[in-house]
Amino acid sequence: MINKEFFFKGFKSIIKPDSPALALGCCFIAIGALLKNLGFNIQESIFSTMLTYALPGSLVMAESMLVGASLLNIFLAVWFVNARLYPMAVSLFPLMMHKNQPRWKYYFSCHFIAVSAWLIMKSNYKDIQKKYRIDFWIGIGCATWATAVIGTFIGFYASDYLDKNIMMGLAILNPVYFLCMMVGAMKTIQISASVILGLLLGPIFYFFSPEWSILLGGLIGGTIAYFIGELRVN
Amino acid sequence: MSTSVVLAILVTSLATYSSRLLGVISSKGIKETSKLFRWFNCLAYSTLAALIARTIIFPVGALSDASYLSRITVVIFCLFIFFISKKNFVYPTVISAIMLALLSEYL
Repeated sequence: MINKEFFFKGFKSIIKPDSPALALGCCFIAIGALLKNLGFNIQESIFSTMLTYALPGSLVMAESMLVGASLLNIFLAVWFVNARLYPMAVSLFPLMMHKNQPRWKYYFSCHFIAVSAWLIMKSNYKDIQKKYRIDFWIGIGCATWATAVIGTFIGFYASDYLDKNIMMGLAILNPVYFLCMMVGAMKTIQISASVILGLLLGPIFYFFSPEWSILLGGLIGGTIAYFIGELRVN
Repeated sequence: MSTSVVLAILVTSLATYSSRLLGVISSKGIKETSKLFRWFNCLAYSTLAALIARTIIFPVGALSDASYLSRITVVIFCLFIFFISKKNFVYPTVISAIMLALLSEYL
């Protein structure tokens, strides 16, 4: 089963001074308020955050429902936006794979892959023995997931008191926090080039294809950054 | 709960979980010291950076109501705060929300 010591060690990482709990919680407050304005009830709002647990995906679902999109359109739109989770998983799970750990832990805990949890794990995994990294990860995931659910709950009931300017303030928290975390992670030439190229190419590709801009920006920017790093090493 | 909303939530969660699960399945044969792992690491950082830039420059939801100038001003100022506060994450994050709300109110 799950090792309690490492689970709680991961869980507690959310209460560190530099944890993403504040930014994450505030963004899900905005999501809770948005879902209420869309006509969701409290059960549906909580259900949505628990099952999806990805901010851009929830936003796309909400926008698609507003314009009356079909289920197939919603699926495709969300899939495009959340396809970034694939490289995030491939760049994280090899760090946690251990032959003594059961497979179900990996299939279950992949639900927690989101920017906040991913960045916390990336900056802490070296301090944890490989065998117990998956338990540590489940702790981080449960903590960030719980924060998102609580944020949605608060946002749903506070929506009547949140005006447009406060909603805008809450919505900028997450991108600013993640931008700072990404800039803070720029410690090698490969990561630095990846971040800078992604920041430049994402918006540029938006002019050609809004749906594909994130994936194309990530794929091309990341590949160029990889070769820059490899050439430098060689 | 209405059926259409539940179906939309289920479809959204299926679309999201599929990427996560495929990532875990693909991870099985990849060693953390391999070139393939390093490439995927670059892809992940670059994709996240592209997502953040798109969220700020071409936002959806509440953020799209804020002007382009106010969003860019807030982001640049917060990066400045991040560097002068010895890379503290909390100050720029909190300041960003207050600053954008104030700019939107008074500009």
